[in-house]
Amino acid sequence: MFSQFSEHALHQYPNIRLPKDSLIGHALPLFGGKVSAGFPSPADDYVEKSLDLNQFLIQKPAATFFVKAQGDSMLGAGIHHDDILIVDRSIEATPGKIVVCALNGELTVKRLAQTRQGWCLQPENPAYPDIPIQDELDMVIWGVVTNVIHSV
Amino acid sequence: MSDLIALVDCNNFYVSCERVFRPDLIGKPVAVLSNNDGCIVARSQEVKALGIKMGVPLHQVADLVKQHRIQLFSSNYTLYADMSQRVMNTLASFAPSMEVYSIDEGFLDLSNVYPCQHNPEAYAKRIKHTVWRHTGIPVCVGMGPTKTLAKLANFAAKKWPHTGGVLDLSNLVRRHKLMAIVPVGEVWGIGRKLSQRLNALGINSVLDLARQDPNYMQQQFSIVVARTVQELNGIGCMELEAITPAKQQIIASRSFGEKLLTFEQLARAIADYASRASEKLRRQHSLCSHIGIFIHTNPFSQTDAHYYQTAGRRLTQATNDVRLISQTATRLLEEIYKSGYKYHKGGVILSDIRPASQPAQIDLFESPGTLLSSQLLMQTLDAINQRFPQSTVIAAKGFDQRWKAKADHVTPHYTTNWRQLPKAYCK
Repeated sequence: MFSQFSEHALHQYPNIRLPKDSLIGHALPLFGGKVSAGFPSPADDYVEKSLDLNQFLIQKPAATFFVKAQGDSMLGAGIHHDDILIVDRSIEATPGKIVVCALNGELTVKRLAQTRQGWCLQPENPAYPDIPIQDELDMVIWGVVTNVIHSV
Repeated sequence: MSDLIALVDCNNFYVSCERVFRPDLIGKPVAVLSNNDGCIVARSQEVKALGIKMGVPLHQVADLVKQHRIQLFSSNYTLYADMSQRVMNTLASFAPSMEVYSIDEGFLDLSNVYPCQHNPEAYAKRIKHTVWRHTGIPVCVGMGPTKTLAKLANFAAKKWPHTGGVLDLSNLVRRHKLMAIVPVGEVWGIGRKLSQRLNALGINSVLDLARQDPNYMQQQFSIVVARTVQELNGIGCMELEAITPAKQQIIASRSFGEKLLTFEQLARAIADYASRASEKLRRQHSLCSHIGIFIHTNPFSQTDAHYYQTAGRRLTQATNDVRLISQTATRLLEEIYKSGYKYHKGGVILSDIRPASQPAQIDLFESPGTLLSSQLLMQTLDAINQRFPQSTVIAAKGFDQRWKAKADHVTPHYTTNWRQLPKAYCK
């Protein structure tokens, strides 16, 4: 009951609303087999279902936000300036995850790490310093980055 | 009837929405302004602590704003609507049945929810924590065997922080203890006038009201008050509303940003309101048969001459076509517009609404193709407006936008516009 409602279950509860899709879905039919020159093989399988990026990228729409990365401190993780990050607030922030956190009141992207000295916020660029997480640090985890949208 | 109903209510909702994307403002005084930046419609705890009341005109507290550096925001309804959907969607996973009561309140039917039965308050704490985690919005949860008690519990959970923001009034002893110290005016449905009349009868606390005979209350006041007494005693009289009924009247109106003087200026504003109202009509798949408009000067002005006028027209055929609605509204404006006045506000009212699917009376003079082509045009228009909001302009509108409401402190549409995403710094 506490996992997501399936589409079927949702129809029973007309009063439950889903957030609007932020992405305009692009459906691409997938061809399941080889199409050789001439006639398609009767053994080929045409996949019926269309591919939807929303389904692939977003597990919890209500808890998922998009933010725009600014700066280059996370280049090593494949995050460039102006990339769009998909951030899921429902995912637990564990060591190794890339997080968005409110650092001194500003949304900041870092990798969460656990060292022998304790917890730490690390950049992915040697030009930037580690930030140890101590009691006095004004830091709140805002969400976990799950995907990066990078235009080429 | 249900055994256990929860009311989940967001704390300072508009302010909380803004703070999700401005974590630097947590703990700082923040207020959100009404349309036209006229009054304060949402306050953070810090602003409440300064004694600034809900709905106070901004100019009245301008000094306090400056002195305490209160951060002001114009209302960002696009953002609030989206955040509200997120909160409601998150709540939906906690109960099989829920009622979205307002933009920031929802009732959950927790009867027979297995994990809740053993320890309802622990479950409520989980709800509160999950909403905060997933959406960033802080909420309070009140619970009881009826909606009225759930509302009362929520009020207490919010007012007394030591509750942890969660309170269950199922237990009679605890319920009566609370009701004895809360004034009767705090009960859902008991407004100021009613509570004064109750006080005159010696009914001062919620407990006093709960102890009244429902029949006596019905005689003295109304069936609604009688039901409230029943509800306060744990006897449910109100089901969760499963379906939001379609609006029976649609009003689009706003105060003008600047006083409008000429017919042309008013016509542009009225055309825009007609456009918005007809959009709402189409969204709920309805047609209307009556169109009305109103215009008036500022009723509170000491210096401006006063003028208030309305006009309405019944249509021979129900419609949701923006062209017909807009044209009719403009013609109505011709009937009531008088020059020499400084107009402060106007609006379009669509009524006599019925579902588009119901069979209509056929107008002998209407050609059959018209309705279909009108529908296709409306669909196209709606699709364009959804992709590029407010981009389509009907002839009367024009580009002079002086009548548009003032909004000096707008915040981005963080969650609904690709060009206005919040920034996350890599530094």
